[in-house]
Amino acid sequence: MMRKGLIRPVWLVSAAVVMLAAAPFVLSEFTITLLNYIGLYALVALGLVLLTGVGGLTSFGQAAFVGLGAYTSAWLSTSPDLPTWLAWAGGSPWLGLLAGLLVTGTVAGFLGAITLRLSGHFLPLGTIAWGLSLYFLFGTLAFLGGHTGLSGIPAISVFGQSLAGGRQIYFLIWLVLMLAVWLLKNLLDSREGRAIRALKGGMVMAESMGVDTARQRMAIFVIAALMASMSGWLYAHMQRFVNPTPFNLNIGIEYLFMAVIGGASHVWGALLGAGVVTLLKQYLQDLLPRLFGASGNFEVIVFGILLVVMLQRARDGLWPALARLVPVRKDPVAVDTAAAPLAQRAKPERGSIVLEAEGVTKRFGGLVANKDMSLSVRAGEVLALIGPNGAGKSTMFNLLSGVLEPTSGRVRFLGEDVVGKGARRIASLGLSRTFQHVRLLPTMSVLDNVAIGAHLRERRGLLGGLFGGALRLDRAQERRLLAEAARQLERVGLGEHLHDAAGSLPLGKQRILEIARALCADPCLMLLDEPAAGLRYFEKQELAATLAKLRTEGLAILLVEHDMDFVMGLADRVVVMEFGERIAEGLPEQVQRDPRVLEAYLGGLE
Amino acid sequence: MDVQIALFLTQDGVTNGAIYALLALTLVLAFTVTRVIFIPQGEFVAWGALTLAALQTGKLPGTVWLLLIGGVAVTLVEAVTCLRNADWRRFPATLGWNLLYPGLVYVAARYLPWDQLPLVLQIVFALLMIVPLGPMVWRLAFQPLAEASVLTLLIVSVAVHLALVGIGLLFFGAEGSRTPPFSDGSITLGGFTINAQTLWVVGCSLALILALYFFFERTFYGKALRATAVNRAGARLMGIPTSMAGRLSFLLCALIGAFSGILIAPITTIYYDTGFLIGLKGFVGAIIGGLGSYPIAAAGALLVGLLESFSSFWASAYKEVIVFTLIIPVLVWRSLTSRQVEEE
Repeated sequence: MMRKGLIRPVWLVSAAVVMLAAAPFVLSEFTITLLNYIGLYALVALGLVLLTGVGGLTSFGQAAFVGLGAYTSAWLSTSPDLPTWLAWAGGSPWLGLLAGLLVTGTVAGFLGAITLRLSGHFLPLGTIAWGLSLYFLFGTLAFLGGHTGLSGIPAISVFGQSLAGGRQIYFLIWLVLMLAVWLLKNLLDSREGRAIRALKGGMVMAESMGVDTARQRMAIFVIAALMASMSGWLYAHMQRFVNPTPFNLNIGIEYLFMAVIGGASHVWGALLGAGVVTLLKQYLQDLLPRLFGASGNFEVIVFGILLVVMLQRARDGLWPALARLVPVRKDPVAVDTAAAPLAQRAKPERGSIVLEAEGVTKRFGGLVANKDMSLSVRAGEVLALIGPNGAGKSTMFNLLSGVLEPTSGRVRFLGEDVVGKGARRIASLGLSRTFQHVRLLPTMSVLDNVAIGAHLRERRGLLGGLFGGALRLDRAQERRLLAEAARQLERVGLGEHLHDAAGSLPLGKQRILEIARALCADPCLMLLDEPAAGLRYFEKQELAATLAKLRTEGLAILLVEHDMDFVMGLADRVVVMEFGERIAEGLPEQVQRDPRVLEAYLGGLE
Repeated sequence: MDVQIALFLTQDGVTNGAIYALLALTLVLAFTVTRVIFIPQGEFVAWGALTLAALQTGKLPGTVWLLLIGGVAVTLVEAVTCLRNADWRRFPATLGWNLLYPGLVYVAARYLPWDQLPLVLQIVFALLMIVPLGPMVWRLAFQPLAEASVLTLLIVSVAVHLALVGIGLLFFGAEGSRTPPFSDGSITLGGFTINAQTLWVVGCSLALILALYFFFERTFYGKALRATAVNRAGARLMGIPTSMAGRLSFLLCALIGAFSGILIAPITTIYYDTGFLIGLKGFVGAIIGGLGSYPIAAAGALLVGLLESFSSFWASAYKEVIVFTLIIPVLVWRSLTSRQVEEE
């Protein structure tokens, strides 16, 4: 995440801003119009970067949201006979903007509520259907002017200055866009932003860290829709008339192309994509009909093929390729070690029972993965869960941490019955875990990955979090979170990797990273799924020492592990599983001599 | 509305619904086997109709050019793959299917008097022209991404749809076509008239659905596809390559899509871009079945057909709005009945 280079990003952005500000005084009317369109498209594509590249969702229906913003304001500012309860909003484009955002936000919220709980592809499919029906609706509703649309829309005026001309509204468009970029970059760099980025690491990981994934997905869907609506408002008052055509599904698809071609996981990719697609479209619309000797939208052939090739060959889009060419300096995020420590939860007394499972059974159809399993873990104790492959250890972990629900049986955590409570609730009570198959965000820094673990330790409402993040009101909180993450990384011995990309670490260290992330949650109990796998001998010894130290601090640890030396040297008690059942429990040396355990591991002597 | 009108609308709805049902089945097939949400299915519908129309009017169908270009593209891609793996054993087969076959089709299309041949032969030849395009689309666009996420595959799918619509415009032109009915006349049942074409559509759809059922239940390849749908990695370990499953399911999509187009061509005028909306209505049906259940998808598609025909009577301007808004209550219902957050 660090890069040495000559050029500071601030210089580049400043240069770009100066050039943008000077553009209307230098460039032709035609070029300014083109830049206006690029700005409007980029605003929509920016929303898609948040939704698709960062959040792992997608929408083909953004054009419909643009349409909602445009039509709402257009209708309010042109309709001669508004109903009395709406009359206050008539005439002024600014009130139209507010109304447009309100309508779009409501519609997006409703659509999100019905699709976001379903698996990922229902949202985009829903947006295709939705985009189509809204387009047809614009074309049939009489009060929106049918296919002819609405005309005579007033220009926006700012402090009495009318923005009727292309050169005037240019400033507003690019100001809004730059502001949106700034807010979005801030947001992604905050606690909520990390939670949003965690969505791509899989729902199970995010929920286990206490992230409310449904709420987070809803938030980015609505934000993306509002950006589209804003673009629609600008469009309506720039064009001064609206008709259904620019809000068609095809245009919605084009917005997604812009984001993907530019680089869907990069904020600047939206601008690049909007620019490239708009210019290419101009050029192709001119060239192809002449080439083929027929009129029609042939540019879609090129866009379609280009997109397929890009997704096959360069899924990250153009921006990363472009960014590699410019030696921009990237300084690591500063960690303020003096930041106030995060509040810690009250820990259970040493020796008291933290987690208790009784008669837990899990059936997958006819397969019984866990049968009548019971175990308990005390504060200040390491309990090892061992057994041959396929014995049902990971299923047990998922049942205890709330990822799966047992078919029958009870699980109590700190005295509370947690069956059916879900991973997020259990995490908030103080259970933290790692995964057998490492689940982290490979392109994000080690520090940021670990900070996700501390998600629940600084609370703010969703709106407070989003606004606070976007407006950088959260810097004190952010310093505390990063300092905590750095502290936990030091503790597990990854102090020198804070600013590396998580995916660049060897697998063994990625597992250690997950332990740091779990520690960041200030847990009473840690579930560690094969923490020593992939570690070298000395690293294993260091890990054992760290875990032993945590134990003396009163932490309860439940671990699944195949390395017997590691287990027997560390664990206070051992539970052995085979075929989903507990076959033995006791001190390490007892278990090692148990004939049933020997048979399970080595086969019977017949 | 009286009984006559209701019966007429029902006939109309069932006819279209049967087509949507066929498409919904192929969409479920493509999704379960390859995880591709196959948006371009509508293009095969349009091409089926336009190819038959061209044959019947004695024109050279644009399909031959599609087949030739697609064949050359696949050959090039396969040649690169062979070169990279230094393994040319399967290359002759590639040449045969992607260069020789399209060449033969071209010769046949060009020099046989198709407008004078019987309808059955015209239909069979139209299908022979279109069906190989399914596996070609799979090979060029999807096979290199077979392991990508559903989301990436969906974006590719939409991109392919756009490209194919543009290509359709290029090779078939902007004019619409309508073919004569398979047979003239009608049947009168208790004072109510049923068009012969309705019977053709419903009969052929039922026959195809039965054939699909037997294919999946009784044949080796059908079982292979089902196995892949249940567990791709497991099927691969049992010797069913993902690429074969993909090719086969896209072949079926192209076959059924094109045949649907041929069935519907006498009922409505088909343009190069009409297929998209027809395919999407199949999608609404497939989504009612959660993109997983064949019978519910077919029933859902029938419902879409009926809803469409009745809403065109009551509120014809809002016909499309009503059909595509149907997806919202469906999603609400699925959302309420589904369990917690699903893992991809």
